[in-house]
Amino acid sequence: MLEQVPVSHYLLLSAILFSIGAGGVLIRRNVIIVLMCIEMMMNAVNLTFITFSRYLDSATGQIFVFMIMAVAAVEVAVGLALLVELNRHKQSVNIDDFNALKG
Amino acid sequence: MLQEFEFLGVLGAITLTIPVVTLIIAWLLRPKKPNPAKQETYESGIKTIGDTWVQFKAQYYIYAIIFVVFDIEAVFLFPFAVALRQLPLYSLIWAIVFIVLLFDGLLYGWRKGALHWN
Amino acid sequence: MPIEIPTLNIAALTPFLAVTVTAFVVMFFELFVNDKRILGYLSLLGLAVAAISSVMLLGVSPAPAFQEMAISDGYALVLNLIFIVTAALSILISLSYLGDRALQRGEYYALLLFSTGGMMLMGAATDLIVVFMGLEIMSIALYVLAAFNRRKMGSGEAGMKYFILGAFASAFFLYGVALVYGATGSTNLSAIGNWFTSGGGDLTDPIALVGLSLLLVGFAFKIAAVPFQWWTPDVYQGAPTSVTAFMSVGAKAAGFAALVRLLMVSFGQAFTLDWQIAVAALAVVTMTGGNIAALAQKDIKRMLAFSSIAHAGYILVGVVPGTIDGVQAVLFYLMGYAFMNIGAFAVVAVLEHRVAISSAIEEYAGLAARKPLLAAAMLLFMVSLTGLPPFVGFWGKLYVFRAAVEANMSWLAVVGVINSAISAFYYLGVVVQMYMRPAAATEDGEEVVPISLSGPVTITLAVAVIITVILGIWPTPLVNLTSLAVFG
Repeated sequence: MLEQVPVSHYLLLSAILFSIGAGGVLIRRNVIIVLMCIEMMMNAVNLTFITFSRYLDSATGQIFVFMIMAVAAVEVAVGLALLVELNRHKQSVNIDDFNALKG
Repeated sequence: MLQEFEFLGVLGAITLTIPVVTLIIAWLLRPKKPNPAKQETYESGIKTIGDTWVQFKAQYYIYAIIFVVFDIEAVFLFPFAVALRQLPLYSLIWAIVFIVLLFDGLLYGWRKGALHWN
Repeated sequence: MPIEIPTLNIAALTPFLAVTVTAFVVMFFELFVNDKRILGYLSLLGLAVAAISSVMLLGVSPAPAFQEMAISDGYALVLNLIFIVTAALSILISLSYLGDRALQRGEYYALLLFSTGGMMLMGAATDLIVVFMGLEIMSIALYVLAAFNRRKMGSGEAGMKYFILGAFASAFFLYGVALVYGATGSTNLSAIGNWFTSGGGDLTDPIALVGLSLLLVGFAFKIAAVPFQWWTPDVYQGAPTSVTAFMSVGAKAAGFAALVRLLMVSFGQAFTLDWQIAVAALAVVTMTGGNIAALAQKDIKRMLAFSSIAHAGYILVGVVPGTIDGVQAVLFYLMGYAFMNIGAFAVVAVLEHRVAISSAIEEYAGLAARKPLLAAAMLLFMVSLTGLPPFVGFWGKLYVFRAAVEANMSWLAVVGVINSAISAFYYLGVVVQMYMRPAAATEDGEEVVPISLSGPVTITLAVAVIITVILGIWPTPLVNLTSLAVFG
């Protein structure tokens, strides 16, 4: 009976998730939370892909989701590594504390 | 439309009721004889030394990073494994190339001491 | 039911594979080799193999590879040469620059090669999946490279800022891909193009419209177009100078590579006047914004960062007409820009001294008296970046603006020329410092830091000077090369 949920609902949900993630990146100051928000945006995109894949009956969207998952994992790894490295210079995870570069 | 989600509501109500009811029954039945030893946070453990909210070693994150990269491997190998019987033999070569590349990464991390816990 | 494995046509991707395999080999040998400079030379060897295979593939008729996910047409191969030149010149700078700072590590060269491989993939991609993979391979390696100087707080900060904003832009790009896929039913560039021409689709479809806009935002970020340029100055200033040289040309060229193919192949038919106006507006804002901000800069790396934004604007002028002439002008510009801009960064890398790492423009005062040849090289790069004859920068601008004039967009060319005049102020400001100001008086007991020119970086400088001058006097060889750049 769940098949009757229309496509537009999934698309709306993923658009909302994407917006929440994007807003979080712009508003939150904790780098770890910013990373989580970026992850949320990626997963919102995944939901869009899966929806369209089902709707269009094509496998391309699902393949794309695999690629996005792999890339998202690598991005998290690199982001955490950069954060650990920055943390050695400055005991903080707040974005506003990283202000050595200015014009 | 809403009726279709009826069973979700029923399921939610049941899952909430069962633990609450069990806790209430236990509270009614159990004997109440408190003493200081029983009131400890860790009734049969040792007390924590220093602050509980310590920062984890950075090393822990390195493990997490290596894990994150390798657990994605399964996403790619699983469809391959499912379709294995229908695939020609030389597709196995590509899977092996994939694993060898990942192994190269593991070897690199190993030699660099990322798996060594101080 | 057996599953058919399609023919992969791996030969078409030989240059990409040569670079990537070299990167793995470098990473492997990093564990066992003590003198890391060997790995730098090994990387150059891999790039040479990639260059030779690119030139050889130019003689073969283009063939799609991996089920029409990538292609080795003239366009991709000429771009390969641009990326290879960029990577090779940057590696030569790095061999000197990293050695001075005890940063000589094998990972550096491996990452640089991975990044180059990602760029090549973006140039060859005919499917949005491959564009995305190339984009991420390039960017993730660049995030780490920007943060490579572990001793300097600014470097890690540059990496972190680049990473957060880059991942943010990638997410927008991906959402754009998802919407275009939903509207057109495919991620293949020519299939998307067919949907517009014969599939009954048009750009008034809201989902396709929003999708294409988000794709443009993603690319605008990578090529550092205004208003998506905020990351550029900080990242360029904080990253090691050899990395800045590499990404200022490579990442920009790769962004343009995929953007131009997308606009030409997928949206070629739908690339109507409305869209031309949108891209032209982006070009005008980018040129003007970059140039005006550059006027106020005191640090040469930040100045060059804003100047690279302005150059992205000039290159966008060549994209606007949507003609093959415009595309070839863009490639000419990028190749010329690779030599003159990396040359300028090579001078910056030489002058950044070990003790007090600084790249303030005032420190260039009196350089002509101390190092006449180095100052002359910098003068030449600055004049070429301004776009004055007889250097390669002049011809680049000429061809790009001519493409705009031929498409009846003369006003765009006029804006470009005015902007070039503005840019003369800050480029020639460096020249004035070098030739007309005396060096700052040193206090008692303070020793003048000697400027040392070690082997590899001298090669970069010599090559950049020679090519900038020769192509300035005689641009025909490069014109002939870029005329091979057609879509297959």
